Amino acid sequence: MEHKCDRCEKPAQVHEVRIKNGKKQEIHLCPECAAAEGYGSTGGPMAQQFAKAIPVPPQSQKRRSTSCPTCGLSIAKFRHHGVLGCPNCYQAFEKHLEPLIARAQGGASHHSGHIPERQEGHMDRQLQRSKLLKQLNEAIAAEQYERAAEIRDSLQGLGGSMLGGEE
Amino acid sequence: MVGPLDKDSWLGASGKDWDIVLSSRVRLARNVAGVPFVGMASDPDRNEVVGMVRRIPMFAGHDADLMWLEMENMGDRDRRMLVERHLISHQFADATFPRGVAISKDERLSVMVNEEDHLRIQTLAPGLALREAFQRVSEVRDEFESSIEFAFSPRWGFLTACPTNVGCGIRFSVMLHLPALRITEELGRVRQAAKDLDLAVRGYHGEGSESIGDFFQISNQITLGTSEEELLEEFLGSVVPQLVEYERHARSVLQEKKRMMLEDFVHRAHGTLLSARLLGIDEAIKLLSRLRIGRALGVVDSPDLAVIHRLLLNVQPAHLCALSGTTMEENDDSLSARAEMVRSALG
Repeated sequence: MEHKCDRCEKPAQVHEVRIKNGKKQEIHLCPECAAAEGYGSTGGPMAQQFAKAIPVPPQSQKRRSTSCPTCGLSIAKFRHHGVLGCPNCYQAFEKHLEPLIARAQGGASHHSGHIPERQEGHMDRQLQRSKLLKQLNEAIAAEQYERAAEIRDSLQGLGGSMLGGEE
Repeated sequence: MVGPLDKDSWLGASGKDWDIVLSSRVRLARNVAGVPFVGMASDPDRNEVVGMVRRIPMFAGHDADLMWLEMENMGDRDRRMLVERHLISHQFADATFPRGVAISKDERLSVMVNEEDHLRIQTLAPGLALREAFQRVSEVRDEFESSIEFAFSPRWGFLTACPTNVGCGIRFSVMLHLPALRITEELGRVRQAAKDLDLAVRGYHGEGSESIGDFFQISNQITLGTSEEELLEEFLGSVVPQLVEYERHARSVLQEKKRMMLEDFVHRAHGTLLSARLLGIDEAIKLLSRLRIGRALGVVDSPDLAVIHRLLLNVQPAHLCALSGTTMEENDDSLSARAEMVRSALG
């Protein structure tokens, strides 16, 4: 049903329903009269006020506080310092990084330079190293030094080992 | 303690376009897969990275040509000396966590471990010698790749702490001496060319430093979407020649149309350097810069450019401190010691 302006009978475009003391009151105004009454037009300050008043849904809040699941760096901290926390941040913040990198790199979005040679069995070695490292810590904790020395030798034998600590 | 500069160091006066290009540098940024970047890493993580590097044969102390320096055990003056020699960054010198640097005897190779990235591999050469520097850095990179898995993504390339370094993680740079462009007020051409070609223009001490004595470090900013070789060819084939040509043209204008002005400021600089009793760091570099262009253009017959280059290094606070026993502060003692050292070298 089309309403007429409460003030001048032109077609109304601004509609408001007020409930006061349990009583419903409807207001219908044409754009001119609405402006005169202090109502803004669509997309103007009223819309902005409206947007501000909308409670932020949980999903948006979650997006705003995005953190890297591996190192825990938040996007806010990255924006502040400009430095990422770990290699996995590139995946965690991909959508944020894409435009940033494109801007810094003249629009480029893919690597086309040197690729490291595939190291055969590297991932397997990494898994094995992790296991041995755990066993080493257990042996040291149990004061089984001979066994610890054997494990250390095995770790060194893997090459590029990850013993940790200083030499 | 950091020793005197090796005679074969990158700070010699040789190589192509030596009169304008002081030195060439190639730097690679790399991070170890599965380890947080240096800023987020724990000390055990950082120690682990140091340990991984030290287990690579060339960094394990078997190579007599390479020296390993633990930064935590080094005094402030020695750390500053390495910064002044462009072997480490200010950030690296000032950090307080586990880190170290491997430096070759001729100082043409340095590897910072735990700078902003786990590895910063750098090669330096005198004059315009980017191809040689790139060759050397690629050899060292291959040594690392045979032992360490780097953080790499097929899309982004080598993953770096600062996402603007991603891709090849490579920086080609040259240190240019552009005094004629300053005198003829044409430095704007360099800045415009840098803007058009996506280059970074920095001062004598790299990132965040001002240009002193008309020395400018020019480097590529693009590291993604192009190969190392393409970047090198562009830098060598068009970027550097264009900038060198600007300076050469400005020098010829000075020689042909403003000869008296050129001679006046070169001789004034020479005279001041020979007679000053108190010399500040900025003034010393500015005067040495003028002497350098005077020597390159034959306005003066001496000293050799190598002497000027050595002075450009030795007048800096930490080197002056090591050579003269003064403090690193700028006070009457250090100003006097600097003036005396310059007089003695040029006299």
